[in-house]
Amino acid sequence: MTTTLLAAFDILLSLTLLALAAAALTSAEPRRAVILFIAFGLVLALVWARLRAPDLALAEAAIGAGLSGALLLAATRRAKAHTKEGASGSPEGQP
Amino acid sequence: MISTQLFYGGGGILLLLLGLWSFLVHAPLLRKLIALNVMGAGVFHILVATAYRGLDTPPDPVPHALVLTGIVVAVSATALALAFGQRLDRDDDR
Amino acid sequence: MTRFVSLVLLPLGLAAIGVVLIWTFYLAATGEAGARLADLALARVPETGVSNPVTSVLLNYRAYDTLLELAVLLAALLGIWSLGPAAPGFQRGGEILQGMVDWFVPLLILAAGYMLWVGAYAPGGAFQAGALLGSAGVMLALAGYPSAGLPSERLLRLLSILGILAFCLVGLVLMVLGLGFLTYPPELAKWLILLIETGATLAIGVTLAAAYLGGRPDHTSEVDAP
Repeated sequence: MTTTLLAAFDILLSLTLLALAAAALTSAEPRRAVILFIAFGLVLALVWARLRAPDLALAEAAIGAGLSGALLLAATRRAKAHTKEGASGSPEGQP
Repeated sequence: MISTQLFYGGGGILLLLLGLWSFLVHAPLLRKLIALNVMGAGVFHILVATAYRGLDTPPDPVPHALVLTGIVVAVSATALALAFGQRLDRDDDR
Repeated sequence: MTRFVSLVLLPLGLAAIGVVLIWTFYLAATGEAGARLADLALARVPETGVSNPVTSVLLNYRAYDTLLELAVLLAALLGIWSLGPAAPGFQRGGEILQGMVDWFVPLLILAAGYMLWVGAYAPGGAFQAGALLGSAGVMLALAGYPSAGLPSERLLRLLSILGILAFCLVGLVLMVLGLGFLTYPPELAKWLILLIETGATLAIGVTLAAAYLGGRPDHTSEVDAP
């Protein structure tokens, strides 16, 4: 009974993980991709906690999901500001 | 125990391949970086799966230490790549 | 031609890599388990001065690895700083965000200290504690503090090398005492590891926060500003 439950849990976790990875990698909108990537990192931390690696789960949740996510989100914000500047400056410049 | 190792190891290999595909196909820097991070996560996942020894025995600490250093190196590489990208964008404006 | 590459060659290549990887992993996982490094490592954990196996591997058996990893972090930070001044930061946050930051930042610093101490016998350690310190810095940056709570440039430079400094000093002192580089005597191991971890925590936290700001620290950007 417990083994079946555990197997079901394993399958559910892995499917969620792979689905989130695929969604993050295929979405063309940068902010959406980054947020999906953060969710992916958090589920990965959960999977590692299940695989008896709590040290790594902590590190992944804090560094892999949190800090990388913050870095990438700041980069999407900067990229957006950059394209806006470019769009407002273009009428006088190149078409 | 072996079946769990194989199951999660296979998941890690799939993550690695997904990341590699996205890295090769998509051009923007941000998408390449996310792909690279997913590839890294796949490799870490494979290592964590090999370290697993069942629910009742303690896992192998050596791959765990490797992954811990790997996570920190991955985030510093991401930060450096983003700084490069930002600098390139700024130089394009001039 | 590019369609052919992306629709035929790429999937074929990825499938080939996947098959090779899965086959290798299968052979490695099902193969005969010889003398495993894990058994050796776990058997000698009591001698390392800490009872968390991961910390003992990171800071005792494979201390070189961690030292070089701190060097990689420092190299990344130097790379970021060499690319020019930081972009302008965020606007000052509203009152609610300010109130939240006032509560969260001290809590994060406290949690970092706890993580550092608890890493000797439970999940935690220098990396997790450093990440918490770094996220405190990121939170301050998001709330509109331009320097993210980091100290003046001179002190910042010192803090960012603190991990490597602690490692090298301990290693050299041990060499002078006639032991190998980073070969701790068992009765002192606990305190030496704690000393190195404290330095590493501060260095990692400062490096991550400075990397989030993404540019050279303050005084240069003031000079460069138009």
